[in-house]
Amino acid sequence: MFKRSDQDSRRSVHIIVDGAALEAREGDTVSAALLASGRDVRRATAVSGAPRLPYCMMGVCFDCLVTIDGVGNRQGCLVPVAEGMQIEIQKGKREIGR
Amino acid sequence: MNATPKRDSYDVVVIGAGPAGLAAATIAAEAGLSTLLLDENAGPGGQVWRAIASTPVTERDRLGADYWAGAELVHAVRSSGAEIIQRATVWSLDRNLEVGVSIGGASSLVKARRVILATGALERPFPISGWTLPGVMTAGAAQTMLKSSGLVPDGPTVIAGQGPLLWLLAAQILRLGGRIDRILDTTERRNYFTALPHAFAFVTSPYFAKGLALMREVRAKVPVVTGVSELAAKGDGQLATVTYTAGRRRETIPVELLLLHQGVVPNVNLAMAAGIEHRWDDLQLCWSPVLDHDGSTSVEGIAIAGDGAGIGGAGAAIVRGRIAARAAVEALAPAAAAKLAPMSTFRASLAQAERGRAFLDTLFRPARPFRIPSGDTIVCRCEEVTAKDILDAVAIGATGPNQLKAYRRTGMGPCQGRLCGLTVTELMAQARGRSPQEIGYYRLRAPVKPITLAELAAVPKTDADVQAVVRG
Repeated sequence: MFKRSDQDSRRSVHIIVDGAALEAREGDTVSAALLASGRDVRRATAVSGAPRLPYCMMGVCFDCLVTIDGVGNRQGCLVPVAEGMQIEIQKGKREIGR
Repeated sequence: MNATPKRDSYDVVVIGAGPAGLAAATIAAEAGLSTLLLDENAGPGGQVWRAIASTPVTERDRLGADYWAGAELVHAVRSSGAEIIQRATVWSLDRNLEVGVSIGGASSLVKARRVILATGALERPFPISGWTLPGVMTAGAAQTMLKSSGLVPDGPTVIAGQGPLLWLLAAQILRLGGRIDRILDTTERRNYFTALPHAFAFVTSPYFAKGLALMREVRAKVPVVTGVSELAAKGDGQLATVTYTAGRRRETIPVELLLLHQGVVPNVNLAMAAGIEHRWDDLQLCWSPVLDHDGSTSVEGIAIAGDGAGIGGAGAAIVRGRIAARAAVEALAPAAAAKLAPMSTFRASLAQAERGRAFLDTLFRPARPFRIPSGDTIVCRCEEVTAKDILDAVAIGATGPNQLKAYRRTGMGPCQGRLCGLTVTELMAQARGRSPQEIGYYRLRAPVKPITLAELAAVPKTDADVQAVVRG
């Protein structure tokens, strides 16, 4: 869906998505890194379980909700990636206590 | 970067570090007022200058001169003495000018003598059939990824809608080697006639030459279909095709990415939650705050600047930021105000910056079917409520957006109505034969962004706060 520009010379940042390593770039948000990966990173909605991907990328639509370092319902489009960050694609509601 | 505010109270708190917020904070801080600038993103710039301090797109002509103009304002605010906190989500603002802000998972409350809201705009909802499918995004989303991460579409891509941003985005994607298969222009043909009376101001504004050049650049490389009157995205759990009608022709094309855009509207959530009076704007088809000539709102001490005050674009936003900040300086440090440019100079600049806006508003007024959907088209993305669901609720007695919450939970999901509110107002207004002003909007309350109860409970409390709610 997306590719990186040739001009992008930012250094790599390694994150873990559902247990698998993923190379992102410094300054990517979690959502941008996920979309750039080309992997299936669709979440499932809390209401019907419908698949979704980020829609607005600016913090208003909440379709980028994702579990980051064990905390659910984070807005992936507002959180920059960090080395070793643990991402889980959130399927359905946030679980109690995480 | 993730520091909490250094003080409990400030002369001026500015919320949002886009054009208006950057300009406002600079003036306030340079005048010697203690100034806090809070912004939700990782870096300053707002949407128009997003990632200006960090973008990997370094060849300057790719993003254009208007983008790089933002660097000057960022530089100015950084040397102004204002305290700047990024990744700070403001979730509350009240009549006592107390600001609730979440930074790094912890919240604090800060008091202000003046608040300048510069929370900008968001893209108008574009509720077509299938707009919730993975692979359908806003044009602004693609532009955000382009600016902050140098990402461009590389599969079959269609851009649909209307307005200046659409052409700018298309040009930027092409310059970075991205792919666009087709542009579906939804501008209604009759708008060209209704906009005609405003054409002189537009043709003599800076928008004209820039707009023409962008459209020429894009049209040389991408087929553009005009007069698109129907639009639907289809696919099984993932976008697969886009179907559209242009003239009498109906066509379906395979596509991986559909980027939608039909203009921007003020982001009203924080302002409305603070109790600021808003009115329906019949030209821009959105809610705009009721403001005096300095940007002051109906709530004493709170001003609104930038696109949150009504859409005017980045140039107007900068000037509105300066006007609101000058008014704050006049009120809090009159001696310092004497050293600033007179208000009359700012007002002349504002008139200049707003030139041509009426033409754009009229030409790019979104068509009714793209604002007011029907049938199974989802209106509320969070709670997955369709247009038909809403009309059924109206039929059994729902009178406005607030009653509708009880029937259907519209606007009660995490986005708090940002992606459905305008649609719900206009849909209910049409169904009930009332004006949008009469139908009204959701009653918005803090927290305007979700925070956990644990975070709320951990907010530092004074003895007086505790006494106010303790029994016996």
